[in-house]
Amino acid sequence: MGVQAYRAPRSIPEAVSLLSSEAGAFALGGGTDLLVQQRSGARQPGSFIDLKRIPGMLGIEQLPSLWRIGAATACGEVASHPGLRSELPGLVEAAGLIGSKQVQGRASLGGNLCNASPAADSVPALVANRAVLVVAGPEGERRIAAECLTLGPGRTVLGRGEFVCAIEIPRPAARQSDAYLRFIPRTEMDIAVVGAAASLRVDEGGRCIAARIALGAVAPTVLTSPEADAALTGSMLEPEAIAACVAIAQAACSPISDRRGTAEFRRHVAGVLLRRVILAASQRLAKEG
Amino acid sequence: MAIHVQTRVNGQATEFLCEADASALDVLRDTLGLTGSKEGCNSGDCGACSVLLDGTLVCACLVLGAELEGRELLTIEGVAPPGGLHPVQQKLLEHNAMQCGICIPGIVVAAKALLDRDPDPDETTVRFALAGNLCRCTGYDKIIRAVLDAAAAMREGAGVRA
Repeated sequence: MGVQAYRAPRSIPEAVSLLSSEAGAFALGGGTDLLVQQRSGARQPGSFIDLKRIPGMLGIEQLPSLWRIGAATACGEVASHPGLRSELPGLVEAAGLIGSKQVQGRASLGGNLCNASPAADSVPALVANRAVLVVAGPEGERRIAAECLTLGPGRTVLGRGEFVCAIEIPRPAARQSDAYLRFIPRTEMDIAVVGAAASLRVDEGGRCIAARIALGAVAPTVLTSPEADAALTGSMLEPEAIAACVAIAQAACSPISDRRGTAEFRRHVAGVLLRRVILAASQRLAKEG
Repeated sequence: MAIHVQTRVNGQATEFLCEADASALDVLRDTLGLTGSKEGCNSGDCGACSVLLDGTLVCACLVLGAELEGRELLTIEGVAPPGGLHPVQQKLLEHNAMQCGICIPGIVVAAKALLDRDPDPDETTVRFALAGNLCRCTGYDKIIRAVLDAAAAMREGAGVRA
């Protein structure tokens, strides 16, 4: 059959209507996954519904209590945004690691989420920062927590006609920071073997009053662990507290073995990276004073 | 069903017809006869089809032709006037930085994109900026040196040579 049509709706209702009514309609963001999957036959879209001409789908907006990022905004734009760089450096680190400069010019933050790869770099950073996704659909708008989007590799909770139109990230409080790291066998252009993110908030005395960690590529979906978070909360982020957090998170991992690494290796690296992102985020807090 | 697209390519108003799944690279090479952008992988890995879309560096293979409606595209053919050379091209020549050459149009466009926003990059910055451009001949070293040299020349006033 092949792709029969390309459409560029100008409004959310128009896009919802096209995605609901056309057989095989696929939402097109940056296309860096979808076009490759279409050419390889992994997905067989009947039509492309390009979401980038809808107002609000592109751009980064600073609101009093949150950052609103249009879901089709390219990762390169996220990675080079001065405001995000200072408030959410971990998210910026993650967005800046996705593919080459060329890919970053197109690959969207919403696409990185909706492609539902367990190894997606931006997802642990978004989840650690309690990002919320604004989803448009036939029943109107709904909001879901970023960690609730995926059901497994390549599968999301989005129903027919639904798409993510924006990502909302709470702006960090005073003395709150984040960090993201991933392991790949080379320095660029590869897919995370493990990704780790942490967001920490401390009080004036340096005691951790809120923590949230998230790991990528060690389970079918992004891994969170309230128990691991709790091991940091109330601590002075001393080595024992970090070790306890890391041990709990490692035990919660259920990685696969593949050509990128064995399950055992992934579990080990998850611990190493988690310790490093906790330290990196706490060092950022120390600098902040 | 063919789609009618009006756009600008290298500063010139251009229109074409394309199928829904035709890439911008297909359109450039097969419809518009602009064969400077090369097809290496057709999956965004090699960078041989690097172009600037509204000033942003992208792979033309990962853009649909239909998406070009109302946009501005700059290809390797547009970085210098016919017969002229961009400083990056000049320095690639002087450094003998190419062998088979298929990656070079993409490297020139990616390097131009870098130098347009960062006139004084260090070697690490150049290497990261060109990480999406695969070259299987040179080992990259001469390319990196040529780009650093081009940056230095441009800081001293070298421009596109007509």
